[in-house]
Amino acid sequence: MINKLIFAYFAAVIIVSAVLVITRRNPVHSVMFMLLLFFHIAGVFVLLNAEFLAAVQLIVYAGAILILFLFVVILLSVEREAQAARANRFWPWLAGFGVIIAGEIALLVLRGSFPGEGRLAVKVAGAGVKELGVELYTKYLVPFEIASVILLVGLVGAVMLAKKKTDNR
Amino acid sequence: MPDMQQILNFVITIGIPVVVLLSFILANAMYLQLMERKVLAHMQSRLGPMRTGWHGLLQPVADAVKFMFKEDIIPAKADKWVFSLAPLIFLVMAFGGFVAIPFGPPTDFFGILSHKVPLWVSNLNIGVLYIVALAGIGTYGVIMAGWASNNKYSLMGGFRSAAQMISYEIPMGFAIVTVALMAGSLNLSEIVQAQSQKWFIIVLPVGPVAFFLYLVAGVAETNRAPFDLPEAESELVAGYFTEYSGIRFGIFYMAEYMNMMIVSLLASIMFFGGWMPVQIFPQWLGGIGIIAWINRVLAAIPPTLWLLGKLYFFIFFYMWIRATLPRYRYDQLMTIAWKILLPLSLGTLLVAAFMKQAGWM
Repeated sequence: MINKLIFAYFAAVIIVSAVLVITRRNPVHSVMFMLLLFFHIAGVFVLLNAEFLAAVQLIVYAGAILILFLFVVILLSVEREAQAARANRFWPWLAGFGVIIAGEIALLVLRGSFPGEGRLAVKVAGAGVKELGVELYTKYLVPFEIASVILLVGLVGAVMLAKKKTDNR
Repeated sequence: MPDMQQILNFVITIGIPVVVLLSFILANAMYLQLMERKVLAHMQSRLGPMRTGWHGLLQPVADAVKFMFKEDIIPAKADKWVFSLAPLIFLVMAFGGFVAIPFGPPTDFFGILSHKVPLWVSNLNIGVLYIVALAGIGTYGVIMAGWASNNKYSLMGGFRSAAQMISYEIPMGFAIVTVALMAGSLNLSEIVQAQSQKWFIIVLPVGPVAFFLYLVAGVAETNRAPFDLPEAESELVAGYFTEYSGIRFGIFYMAEYMNMMIVSLLASIMFFGGWMPVQIFPQWLGGIGIIAWINRVLAAIPPTLWLLGKLYFFIFFYMWIRATLPRYRYDQLMTIAWKILLPLSLGTLLVAAFMKQAGWM
C-alpha cells in the first residue's frame, strides 16, 4: 500500500516535470526540471530494488550528461530564447510520431503481460551489482559490446567535429 | 497496522541516529571554520580570532548570529527562484552523504544498551556510489548560484566549477572502483571489514597510488586550495557566491565544510581502515613485550574515536595544503586531471584487477 502511494508520487512528479521541461521558456529552468525528473526516476529504480541502477542514473544522467546540458544552456541569452520560435516547420510530423509512440505504449500496457505485483526487477534487495555484471557479461555480451562500440564512435566523432582544421593540408 | 511498538521502533532506529548525526554535522560545520582560521593563522605566525570567548572559542556562534541577522539581499536582475534554490541544493546534497557513512561497528555503548545498535543511519549496499552521486548533484548548486546571480564573475566561477568537477570526478571514480575491487564490495562497512588485516593504503603497489588519486581529486571536488579556482578571490572576487549574503552565504560556507568532511571520511574509510585501530605488524613482533602492550593500548581506544581521529587528520591536511600551496592556473588544472590523473587511474585499476585475478591481494 505504502509502496503504491510512493510510486504514485514519483509517477506524478515525473509526468509533471517532464511536461514542464518542454513548456518552460527559460532553458535553465527546463534543465532544472529535468534534474527533478531524473531524481524521481532514480526513486522509481529504488522502489524496484534496483539500487545500483538508481545510483548510476544519478551519476551518469544527472551528474554528467545534464551538467553538460546546463553548461551549454547557461551560455544562451534568456531574453532571446523567450522570443524564439518554439518549433520548426516539421512539428506536425514529430507530433504525429509522438502520438503513434504513445498509442503503442498504451497498447502494450493494455494487451501485454507484465510481471505481477511483488515481482521486482532485482529479486534480492541490494544484490544488484554482481547480478547485473554477470548478466551483462554472459547473456547480453554481444549487445553490450555493440553499445560500447557505438559510444566509442560517438566519442571519436565528437573529437573530429570539434578539432580545428589546420591550413597545411 | 502500525501500532505504538512499530512507531517507537521507527523513532529509535531512524529518529535518534538522524538527530545525533545532524547535531554532529552542524557542530562540525560551525567549528571547523574556527579550526581553519586558527590553523591558517598559526601557520602564518598570527593568532587568529582571539576576542570572542577564550582564544576565539565563541567565534562560530558570533558568526552564525551575524549570518542570521544580516539582510538577505537578492540582486534585482537575479533569477529569484534559482538564486534561492541553489544554496539549498548544495546543502541538502552535502547532508545526504552522511546517511551512508558508518561511524563504527555495532556497539552497545559499554553495556548501557541491552543490545547492539549500528552506528550508521542506513547501511546502503551501494554506499560509495550513493555518495558519489550526491556529490555530483551538489555541483548543480554551484552552477545554479553562478548563473542565477547574473554577474559575470559568478558565472565564470560556476563554469569553472562545472568543468573542474566533471574532470576530477573521473579519476576519483576510478580510485573508488579500485577500492571496491580490492574490497569486493561497494558497501562502506564491508569495505572497512575487508581492511581488518591490512589497510588498503599499504596494499602495494596500487594502494598508495589510488589514495593519491582520490586525495587530489577529492580536494579538487570540494573546490579547495590549491584547486579553488571557482572562488579564486584575486580574479573572480568570490566566484559563484559573490552575490550571496546573510544566511544563504552561511549555507554555502557550511556546506563546503560538510563536503570536506565527507571526502575526509571516505578517505579514512576506504584507505585507512575506517574505525580499525593502528596496529604494529607483522604479527610475530607481538611476541616482544612492549610492542604487544602498545598494540593492546591502541586497540582499546573506541573504534569511533579512531575514525574521528582520522577524519580530523584529513581536515587538518586540507588546511595545511591551503596554507602551503599556491593556486593552480586553469590550464594546469585541466592538464593535471586529463593528462596525469586519468591515465594513472586507469593504470591503477588495471594493475589492481590483475592482482585480484592472480590472487596476490
